[in-house]
Amino acid sequence: MALQETQILEAYRTMRTIREFEERVTAEFEKGGIPGFVHVYDGQEAVATGACMHLTKDDYVGSTHRGHGHCIAKGCDIKGMMAEIMGRATGLCRGKGGSMHIADIDQGMLGANAIVGGAPPLAIGAALSAKTLGTKNLSLSFTGDGGSNQGTVFESMNLAVVLQLPTIFMYENNGYGEHTGAAYAVGCGDIAGRAEAFGMPALRVDGLDFFAVYEAMQEAVDRARSGGGPTAIEASAVRFNGHFIGDPQLYRGEGELDRLRRDSDCLKIFSKRVIGDKLLKKSQLNAIDREVAVLIDSAVEEGFAAPFPAESELLTDVYSNY
Amino acid sequence: MPIKTIRQAINDTLRSEMRRDSTVVIIGEDVAGGAGSDGIDDAAGGVFGVTKGLVGEFGRERVIDTPISEAGFIGMAAGAACTGLRPVVELMFFDFIGVCFDQIYNQMAKFRYMFGGKTDTPIVVRAMVGAGLRAAAQHSNMLHPLVASIPGLKVVMPSNAYDAKGLLLTAIRDNDPVIFLEHKTLYDTSCEVPDEEYLIPFGQAAFTREGSDITIVSMSSMVLRCNEVADKLAAEGIYADVIDLRTVSPIDEGAVLESVEVSGRLVIVDEANERCSMASEISSIVAEKAFHSLRAPIAKVAAPHSPVPFSPSLEDIYVPTAARIEDAVRATLEA
Ligand SMILES: Cc1ncc(C[n+]2csc(CCOP(=O)(O)OP(=O)(O)O)c2C)c(N)n1
Ligand SMILES: [Mg+2]
Repeated sequence: MALQETQILEAYRTMRTIREFEERVTAEFEKGGIPGFVHVYDGQEAVATGACMHLTKDDYVGSTHRGHGHCIAKGCDIKGMMAEIMGRATGLCRGKGGSMHIADIDQGMLGANAIVGGAPPLAIGAALSAKTLGTKNLSLSFTGDGGSNQGTVFESMNLAVVLQLPTIFMYENNGYGEHTGAAYAVGCGDIAGRAEAFGMPALRVDGLDFFAVYEAMQEAVDRARSGGGPTAIEASAVRFNGHFIGDPQLYRGEGELDRLRRDSDCLKIFSKRVIGDKLLKKSQLNAIDREVAVLIDSAVEEGFAAPFPAESELLTDVYSNY
Repeated sequence: MPIKTIRQAINDTLRSEMRRDSTVVIIGEDVAGGAGSDGIDDAAGGVFGVTKGLVGEFGRERVIDTPISEAGFIGMAAGAACTGLRPVVELMFFDFIGVCFDQIYNQMAKFRYMFGGKTDTPIVVRAMVGAGLRAAAQHSNMLHPLVASIPGLKVVMPSNAYDAKGLLLTAIRDNDPVIFLEHKTLYDTSCEVPDEEYLIPFGQAAFTREGSDITIVSMSSMVLRCNEVADKLAAEGIYADVIDLRTVSPIDEGAVLESVEVSGRLVIVDEANERCSMASEISSIVAEKAFHSLRAPIAKVAAPHSPVPFSPSLEDIYVPTAARIEDAVRATLEA
């Protein structure tokens, strides 16, 4: 199905929002305004956006430690996210979760996850609910190249095949898990091939190309919604930053980062394509850029103005009764 | 005498043991870093640089970077330990024990007993514990009581660089599985660390302050806060024994009981969640074995019964503060 102009605009807005959000989080972190361990997603916007555009609010997404982009693409509130990352009472998780645990079940976001390999089991659980309850909803888990080596991931793939669950395993291969190359850690070098061996169709896409991700997801979503079981997608991607903000990135080759930022920027690739193909005009993109900048500015401003959680919050929500 | 941080003391000790014994190997995620990349080898040396430089001297055969597969590589280290190697395996954040708990509690801990005493399992599992870095609910826990409750495991928690060296030497040479827990807020703390070899036996607490008015028992980073409180009280003429357990399995019961027999007053400070903590364990030991020496109810200062919160405003009150310790000590003195 060809994308409508409004959808293409929406895709650009989501990608730009993620980029702006992450650049701003990085800047505020570096100024000391954001505490904790923060892993930003910029560089990989096309994957989250191309994947989540197919989902409704009632489909579920399980994410990773690098989860901001997935949350934004799934429709989480930007201001609530920013406040959460700042540890404020107005955050999506009332300041108790932080960057690595942003979640919003109401938006179908099962959470970022600080345990690598944490999401796939949870996501197939959401798929089991959908299948058992007959809702036609599906689930999508994001996993990195590093996370793809986790036992929980292998077990989840097998379970999804055995139970024919409506779920999609999205592998974002950005070449590194922390400071180690995927070329070393993924023994067979082929994450999609491993998924195939578990007995599900696997697609390989250029994760820098929003349209390619969108198309692959279309196939996977159609299969899941029609009772055809799981699909895996391996999207090649690039990480524009270190593993965490402040990482000296000694594992990078000479000039690697500059080259990536110059030649492998999914937003530049998107803009060039939509303008070149006359799908959108530059002025439309510029207008979105301005709106997004205003939104992020106000998210930061409101976040800093918001209070920290009160002491009494320490012992709330431990159980359903307190 | 050289002054060293805990980070340096551990790094030096690993290096000297690897030189001394060629069966000692290091295993873990990014213990070197840079594998399969265009950048430099040794790009990481662990999350906080504790194993930095070791791959340069010992090579990748003995400083083994693993994929992110904790159940697999912790189990691999356990299997290697009972077949000729002496692995020091790093679990990074101790919270990740959730992924590989079976390998620790069902496998390595039980080999000696289940196999009728026919095997040694000389493995050290190093991991980081503790809150304070805003690392949130899945990277900040103190799970030492969990492992301390398991027969077959020894559990070590140094509070300073001197002890870190002596305890790590003992851990590596020990023929049982040892869980070696490093508090992530302590890596940059330093003290004098002699160059010569010394082994600190397990089950031998240290008195970091001495006094007969009250006994304060603690471990790991909480020892620093207890010392701070003891120093403040000393200025008022109130003197406390501060006992650093150093190993929470085995526990130096003798040191605790002897001190309580003199002071009659006990405060236990533990960063773990209070329920089933070392604080409750020590409290039960003293209640059973030194009941008649007590002149006041035992007081526990521990973390509340909640996960570790992210927000600074909550994390700062989650972790026992010097003020909370001081309040508990004063209340116990007055009781
Ligand atoms: C169970 C577990 N093991 C290790 C870690 C530490 N860790 C956090 S992110 C990460 C690398 C993940 O790499 P990848 O899956 O490729 O995701 P990316 O960071 O590239 O997005 C590691 C080792 C963790 N958080 N959880
Ligand atoms: Mg990766």
